[in-house]
Amino acid sequence: MDIAEKLKILADSAKFDAACTSSGVNRAGGHSDGIGNASSCGICHSFASDGRCISLLKVLMTNYCLYDCKYCINRRSNDIPRARFTPDEIAELTINFYRRNYIEGLFLSSGIIQSPDYTCEQIIEVLTILRVKYKFNGYIHAKAIPGASPELIEKLGTLADRMSVNIELPSQKSLDRLAPDKSKNSILLPMGQITRQIQQNSYEIIKYKSAPKFAPAGQSTQMIIGATPDTDFQILRLSEAMYKKYSLKRVFYSAYVPVGDSKFIKPADEKPPLLREHRLYQADWLLRFYGFTAGEILDEQHQDFNPLLDPKCNWAVHHPELFPLEINRAPYEMLLRVPGIGVKSAQRIIVARRQAKLDYKDLKKLGVVLKRAVYFILCMGKRADGLIYTETGMMRQLMSASVVRELENNGYIGEQLSFFDAAPTLEDRIKCLTGEM
Amino acid sequence: MSYGRDVIYSYDGTFDGLMCCVFECFERKEMPAEIIIGEPEQFSFSEVRIVDTSAEKAVRVIRAVPQKITPDTLDTVHKMFLSCAANKDLLILQYLCKGFRFGKNIEKMLADDTVNAVNKAVFHCTHEAHLLKGFVRFSDFNGYLAAVIEPKNKVIPLIAAHFTDRFRNENFLIYDKPHRMALIYFSHKAEIAENIDFELPSASAEEELYRELWKCFYRTIGIKERFNPRCRMNLMPKRFWSNMTEMREELGLYEVSQNRITQKNERHD
Repeated sequence: MDIAEKLKILADSAKFDAACTSSGVNRAGGHSDGIGNASSCGICHSFASDGRCISLLKVLMTNYCLYDCKYCINRRSNDIPRARFTPDEIAELTINFYRRNYIEGLFLSSGIIQSPDYTCEQIIEVLTILRVKYKFNGYIHAKAIPGASPELIEKLGTLADRMSVNIELPSQKSLDRLAPDKSKNSILLPMGQITRQIQQNSYEIIKYKSAPKFAPAGQSTQMIIGATPDTDFQILRLSEAMYKKYSLKRVFYSAYVPVGDSKFIKPADEKPPLLREHRLYQADWLLRFYGFTAGEILDEQHQDFNPLLDPKCNWAVHHPELFPLEINRAPYEMLLRVPGIGVKSAQRIIVARRQAKLDYKDLKKLGVVLKRAVYFILCMGKRADGLIYTETGMMRQLMSASVVRELENNGYIGEQLSFFDAAPTLEDRIKCLTGEM
Repeated sequence: MSYGRDVIYSYDGTFDGLMCCVFECFERKEMPAEIIIGEPEQFSFSEVRIVDTSAEKAVRVIRAVPQKITPDTLDTVHKMFLSCAANKDLLILQYLCKGFRFGKNIEKMLADDTVNAVNKAVFHCTHEAHLLKGFVRFSDFNGYLAAVIEPKNKVIPLIAAHFTDRFRNENFLIYDKPHRMALIYFSHKAEIAENIDFELPSASAEEELYRELWKCFYRTIGIKERFNPRCRMNLMPKRFWSNMTEMREELGLYEVSQNRITQKNERHD
């Protein structure tokens, strides 16, 4: 089998892994005789036809697999072409793509062949060739193979920039149903080890500057959305716990796409729940950068996201008692909670308001999305000129353009829209929309 | 300062020249209505003042900026000078005048129209430079790497450090076609050359192989159930595509490689 055919098969098998970021580590090439550097903000080298960033050469070492996880394209029982790269082939491909500036580095994962230990050793061999033979200084993201021995995971961590173990399904029950070969423990064990070693390493680096760095770009994980009946609230609470307990850098969400003969889960013609995935990412950002907790975004009574409003708008309209806020006085944490104000514009407001009192036209220059923010703010004690407050009007402004378009196309705009206690008929109609977005 | 009479400044287009405009504007206590490079093209009712470039005057302005404003201001002005904003010269002049008046606070006056316009233009420029760190596509010609880019801003000075660090043991060239500038890195020395012309030579068989492999990877990695061309276009504007290996065929620009394939076949025959 020639290299192009292998690449096609093994990239196709890797494409459902969402993580393609190259962020989290700054490393200058300096005076070494190798190639490459890394930039902590990450660099996207291209964008695929689905709009997702391509930053790393994302391939599997092999898509042969012992396991039979029902959601996975590479499950043993799935009838797809199989291939296996040799470690030298991957290394050569990576270097040649890197020299042409196609990629920022390598994202290497693998199906489980022979045993988790053997698979992990193979991945280590690829990384060793890259780091030692080619003196490759670029970014490497490696999958920690659940079930591999701690010594191998440790070795992997000194070669890779980022490591990840995919949780895949948010509850033990779902794992039992769809991934009979995996257990919660086998996933959390390597994750815990990586977290501990990253922390330990951060002390060692303070003591000995030359201590080898362990996964300097941190650890990430991924969950599949929509393959199991788990609710958004369960997923979000799990993400929150992982950010806190395991100090993860990122949790990725991947809308489930039915792959091959997956009649166990969903009919193959059902569309992936992209809106739900989008809402989860929005909520994820609220957790990491906006000071929200999972319990504020969703709760026991509201286990799923509002399909019409993003989670921040949804929170704001349910807390009218906290608004409107005076822009020239409100603390940073509260500015962050105003729909239409993001991290950057909140920081700019804090800086600019020390120089001069801010008015609505100034906010526009600072990057505030006024069409949303006007409903929640005051400038120098005043509401925006000509603001007529109606619930329908406000809702229209708070919804994203694509939601408005969908509603308009189906003839729902113009009626009374309400945030609260929407009439069941409206909800039913909305349900049919959300499946398609 | 007198704003009553319309004066147009004309300078030679160099950074030092622009700094001399700042010097002139302070010395004469006037604010020009426009700054142009070279002779005015049309008949103008305004007075045109030719500002001669003097290294000594420029140095005096450049020294004063970090002392009287902030060290970062000089960096902002340098980036602004690379920007494609239509009135960038006048904005730089106005920005520095405000800077000399308000001191270090100028950086915090984000709601001021001049400061806002400068920040937006600088962002446009540095953002384009950041995108191009990813979108530059090199081709290998007998061990030498070469790439062509077509940016709106003069980004070469902003991406030079990144690429010389990354490919420190390679020899490479990045050619900015619209500005006829190039970053040339040869035996560990980097140099930015201006007013040059360059065309990519035709690719070798090995180069074609890696282009094909990359295109194959690109086609495979997109999930067809999630096809979203609008999102892709937002994140990777179409104007970059013509110089990106994997996007050329989407634009219908694959005739080059097709020709080569036919040529190769002929040779085999």
